[in-house]
Amino acid sequence: MMESGPLTGPVPTDGTADATHPRSAELSGVPAKPNPAANPANSEIGGTLWRRFTFRRPLAALILQRLGLSVGLLFAVSLMIFGGIEALPGDFATTYLGQSATPQAVENIRKDLGLDKPWTERYLSWLGGAVQGDFGTSWASKNSVGEQISRRLGNSLFLAFFAALVSVPLAVGLGMLAVQFRNRLPDKIINVVSLAAISLPEFFVGYLLIMFFAVQYGIATFPATVYDSMSVTERLSAIALPVATLVLVVLAHMMRMTRAAILNVMSSAYVETAELKGLSMFRIIARHAAPNAVAPVINVIALNLAYLVVGVVVVEVVFVYPGMGQYMVDAVTVRDMPVVQACGLIFAAFYIFLNMAADILAIIANPRLRHPR
Amino acid sequence: MPDMLSVKNLKIEATSYPPGEPPKVVTLVEGVSFIVEKGKVLGLIGESGAGKSTIGLSALAYGRGGVRITGGEVLLDGKDILTLDRNGIRSIRGARVCYVAQSAAAAFNPAHRLGDQVIEASLRHGIMSREDAKKRALYLFRVLGLPNPETFGDRYPHQVSGGQLQRAMTAMALCPNPELIVFDEPTTALDVTTQIDVLAAIKHAIEETHTAALYITHDLAVVAQISDDIMVLRHGKTVEYGSTKQIIEAPREDYTRALVSVRQTKRDEAADQTGAQLKIENISAGYANGFKVLHDVSMHLPKGQTLAIVGESGSGKSTLARVITGLLPPTEGRITFEGKELPRALKGRSNDELRRIQMIYQMADTAMNPRQTVRDIIGRPLSFYFGMHGQKKTERVKELLDQIEMGTRFLDRYPAELSGGQKQRVAIARALAAKPELILCDEPTSALDPLVAEGILNLLLKLQEETAVSYVFITHDIAIVRAIADSVAVMHRGRLVRFGPKSKVLSPPFDDYTDLLLKSVPEMEIGWLERVLKTRRMESAGN
Repeated sequence: MMESGPLTGPVPTDGTADATHPRSAELSGVPAKPNPAANPANSEIGGTLWRRFTFRRPLAALILQRLGLSVGLLFAVSLMIFGGIEALPGDFATTYLGQSATPQAVENIRKDLGLDKPWTERYLSWLGGAVQGDFGTSWASKNSVGEQISRRLGNSLFLAFFAALVSVPLAVGLGMLAVQFRNRLPDKIINVVSLAAISLPEFFVGYLLIMFFAVQYGIATFPATVYDSMSVTERLSAIALPVATLVLVVLAHMMRMTRAAILNVMSSAYVETAELKGLSMFRIIARHAAPNAVAPVINVIALNLAYLVVGVVVVEVVFVYPGMGQYMVDAVTVRDMPVVQACGLIFAAFYIFLNMAADILAIIANPRLRHPR
Repeated sequence: MPDMLSVKNLKIEATSYPPGEPPKVVTLVEGVSFIVEKGKVLGLIGESGAGKSTIGLSALAYGRGGVRITGGEVLLDGKDILTLDRNGIRSIRGARVCYVAQSAAAAFNPAHRLGDQVIEASLRHGIMSREDAKKRALYLFRVLGLPNPETFGDRYPHQVSGGQLQRAMTAMALCPNPELIVFDEPTTALDVTTQIDVLAAIKHAIEETHTAALYITHDLAVVAQISDDIMVLRHGKTVEYGSTKQIIEAPREDYTRALVSVRQTKRDEAADQTGAQLKIENISAGYANGFKVLHDVSMHLPKGQTLAIVGESGSGKSTLARVITGLLPPTEGRITFEGKELPRALKGRSNDELRRIQMIYQMADTAMNPRQTVRDIIGRPLSFYFGMHGQKKTERVKELLDQIEMGTRFLDRYPAELSGGQKQRVAIARALAAKPELILCDEPTSALDPLVAEGILNLLLKLQEETAVSYVFITHDIAIVRAIADSVAVMHRGRLVRFGPKSKVLSPPFDDYTDLLLKSVPEMEIGWLERVLKTRRMESAGN
């Protein structure tokens, strides 16, 4: 037994209390029972302003901490992207000039693009611009990178949004269904199908879908290219196949995680209580198990959403969809560094942001932090 | 008119999967029959593994894990509920028969408000409207003496104390107006001062609502206060079944007699308590988050004697043990052992200083490596402190096993192959192996059944006589203090309330807290609860 915070009275033996509410590692920095209001011992809580703040507003403190960490991480990533690109062999000037690359011409281009300056100077000026939303101009097309990206990013998000809209409710629903019919036929079918879907590479799934729905039955459009002049319905029908591909790829992972998280909760004492209240299986799962399985499920959903935005490169290429992924791949082949850097940074920002959002949602989903004593 | 609940010739089985062997069917309960009349309470009593909970849950046609009810009848109002289909059983659970779990802290869903959980069953079974259910919940919160009954339902489980949760659980069971409630050790996890309030609340609520109840516990003194009849169980079979009066006052079976007379050993304290092998002076300690747990605590212990530290959970008694071992360096004060000041932190202490103070924990389970045999567990301090190995070490381990009355056949067993009492004995042997001068015992018997616990206490006393080892014995149980202590320290909220020879501390005049603590210990006597409640101020009702 150990005393883990101010106590206002008898509490259940800590053995049971801690076993029931395992705090995730990320929450361990917060005292288990912050209870400033009701206890005179409060005055003894010394320390810095920040420590007092974490005691009074554990939720706000944790969220602030997450935000701070995310910003720090983003800067670290920007440095890594820049460093990584510096370390790449070959450069834009030689690729651009191709056969006509005389040392003098290469030197001129390098000078034009400012490549002769030390990398720290270039990094700082790039970062300064990026912070203000200015990603410079593309070396290859001389267009503003920001402008290009905003259109491409919109397309990618459009695709990801609809994939998420279909896959998230479907995954959570199927996961709950699998729990309800645990180890029975529906569960097994869901498991096998999802395992098959997760095992097939996305380009293969993509081509399969094209073969059946576009070539044989002709009910879907291919390629999935979208133009500015298209209406929303036309766009939707154009992206049907890439969305289906993405859904199949991310669905299984989320579904299996939902199932595992809920099953884990199903073995807890409060689910037994619910069962002994004579509640229906569906209500037990939906009302008593699911809310306590939210944190792990949110995490895996966020990871998959990040994948939808970031990892669509292959799908975009397969379906000739004008999104960020394709833009970045094109830029890499011609060593168009401003574009590669900008894409990398935006992808990283999405990843970090979604994971941060998942963390924060998981923190908020914890009733102990949401309603401190 | 049929009885409320009539269980006939119940047989319950489970399949166990021993590692490396084919699965086998184990009989948990056999040939158990009893009757509960309307408005009456039947106490089911026995040690762990006696099948009490399993029998209790059979009244809801429920088997935990792989447990199956394979024979007999469970007649609720004359109708066998074991023959019902899924929906039939569901319509009984939470409506006609309700269940109060041992650990309310685990049995309430952390994600929902208490009020919603309390009225859920009533609403789902269509027993009452939301308005009526809320009214009834409010009424029950009042009957059960919960603080601020109007707003109590708006709170989340983690926002109220353990005693309050246990009462809320009782309210949850009473809410749908069930015909029968199964109480499964509802006060076992609580402190004595809280237990008495919860016990009184449950008793009052049962009388108010005329519900029949099954009351499961391992504490005969508790069940004597609340039940009309008692059934004593052992190894899944009935030992004795009779009225409470008969069981307590004229038990027929040896096992029942042992249960009734348990914890009545008393030991006289040592006459001379002047020396101080261990001296604790003005100790204050706290945790890294700045919260202070111990405030200016001083006490001392003469060589070869036992100092009992009593208090509720959260009183700082385990923290004090951590401070003495050096696991938690104190912020102020000093500890002297055999006339020499001990370094504050574990790191600063020499091997010999470490050897002289050993520790026994509450949970022998978690204090031993499940992958090591008894030989390794006891042998480890032998090689660590004395550099023993080979034949010599084995001989010494055997010697120690004899000392703890277990014998050499346990040499190559794993902890999982030992019973709870045997595990605690091995933990004692491990502590003894270091030839310590002081052993800190942190509630070593509180997880054990009364008879087993008594065996451990007797063993500790015997070892003290043989080796003149001193004990600091941390406990929340006054009966244990009476049985073994020479001097007593009472702790409350991190402060020392009372300290001195046992005879002085446990006799009047008392301070308020010690008075409350002593009066809260259930006695093996019918009518004790009423008598105490009359004399006692209900100030701790907020527990």
